[in-house]
Amino acid sequence: MADQPQTPPRPLSPFLSIYRWPVTMATSITHRATGLALTVGMVLLAWLLIGLASGPDVYGPLMRLLATPFGQIVLFGFVWSLAYHFLNGIRHLAWDLGYGFEVPTANKTGVLVIALSVLLAVAVFVIAYTGPHGAVMP
Amino acid sequence: MSLQSPLHKVQGLGSAHSGLTHFWRERVTATALIPLSVWLVASGLGLVGATEAEVAGFLQRPWNAVLMGLFVVLTCIHMSLGVQAVIDDYIHSEGQKIALLLLNRAFAWLLGAVSLVAILRIVT
Repeated sequence: MADQPQTPPRPLSPFLSIYRWPVTMATSITHRATGLALTVGMVLLAWLLIGLASGPDVYGPLMRLLATPFGQIVLFGFVWSLAYHFLNGIRHLAWDLGYGFEVPTANKTGVLVIALSVLLAVAVFVIAYTGPHGAVMP
Repeated sequence: MSLQSPLHKVQGLGSAHSGLTHFWRERVTATALIPLSVWLVASGLGLVGATEAEVAGFLQRPWNAVLMGLFVVLTCIHMSLGVQAVIDDYIHSEGQKIALLLLNRAFAWLLGAVSLVAILRIVT
């Protein structure tokens, strides 16, 4: 046994908590998680539409809630979730058409989607805060 | 070569008891939601700081009402298909699964109906 050639150390993943997540696995799980988050986002959109339909009693408190730091963080979460699900969804559609399925390509587009989603969400908030009506925002 | 068991071949059903329709609807709604999501976010950005009357006025314009209605309906379909896939994958008890699948459908229909009626009330 001792004189056998040494093989390079094999990657070990004994526990989920120290498992090195491949990019493709992380992007796949995040796609589901953001999808579920956006389900809650749809409740917010419905609440907004109900508010507009029923008047200031519903609309006012909702807008005040969204204007709080907590509301803004939640809103940013939804915007980023949408940006991510949007971009990664396009990645999925490309796969369905047979493009970009090679592992190195899938890894690269995975990193690209993560980076672009953050960039897009931040850009939306920068535009919201600095736009023509940005000063009205809290 | 088919990997389906003879029973599944006869039933024509996969583990989720449905097949291509789910996949295809999810893709078609996803494709439609690409431009609709861009429209929604762009509209939202345009309405930052707007008053309630201004936001309502925006949705009262026919095309905006149409696009918002389409966004809500297509998202509800896409959403229920996506959540169904999660339930199919992670819930292994048959009773719980059926209950959650029904709840999922009820949620999507209710959300879609409530949103549509709200849009109609804003428009009229």
